Amino acid sequence: MSSHYEDRERENSYGFEREYERAMPGRGGRRMQRRKICRFCIEKVDLIDFKDVKLLQSYIPERGKILPRRISGACAAHQRMLAEAIKRARNIALLPYAAD
Amino acid sequence: MAEKRTYEVVFIIDPTLGDDEVMKLSETVQKIITTQGGTITKTEVMGKRQLAYEINHKKDGTYVLLEVEGSGAEIAELERRMRVNDQILRYMTIRVDEDRRRADKLKDRRARKAARRTGAKNKASGAGASASAVVAESDEAEA
Repeated sequence: MSSHYEDRERENSYGFEREYERAMPGRGGRRMQRRKICRFCIEKVDLIDFKDVKLLQSYIPERGKILPRRISGACAAHQRMLAEAIKRARNIALLPYAAD
Repeated sequence: MAEKRTYEVVFIIDPTLGDDEVMKLSETVQKIITTQGGTITKTEVMGKRQLAYEINHKKDGTYVLLEVEGSGAEIAELERRMRVNDQILRYMTIRVDEDRRRADKLKDRRARKAARRTGAKNKASGAGASASAVVAESDEAEA
């Protein structure tokens, strides 16, 4: 289960597939991943609001799960804020707990 | 409990209720808070929107957002009242003052950092005090 996001077929379900593709040159060996930078740090976001559905939506793939840091590229502090905001939005039915 | 706290209260009202009923309901909610000694700083009816999942077999609801300042006692009372109200499908209260304070602190720190950086640069270009600039920067890294 832990290798969920590493399955080749599954990668394409995220909007980040292009970056990911480039990150896996050839086969075997260690993956040379381009270091992604936290987009919240660049935009200097201090607070992620749970009511900002548009923003949060881009961090939940079809299934409704929270996009992992490995793929979203958010820094630890911002990923924490993001996860908290998504959970709050779920509670008040702005976002689904699980999509179909 | 003497300190002032800020809360955000969001609740979802039954979509079958008319506009005036929604207004009446939000007014009664506000009255509960004011009689308990809290103050309302913001009211916003976010309108009817589709729910991400069904609540009580309903697919949409009217969202209302309140911002409340108080000790916490009025929130307890409000939640007690909302729990028994069938017209309120869901409610959620979030304490926001701590988060906001932290955000302000981060903003402050960033501003200070930026100011210090430009200050250090000016000094370095003036009297060749680049060593002190380096020291200042390593201080920031620690902080």
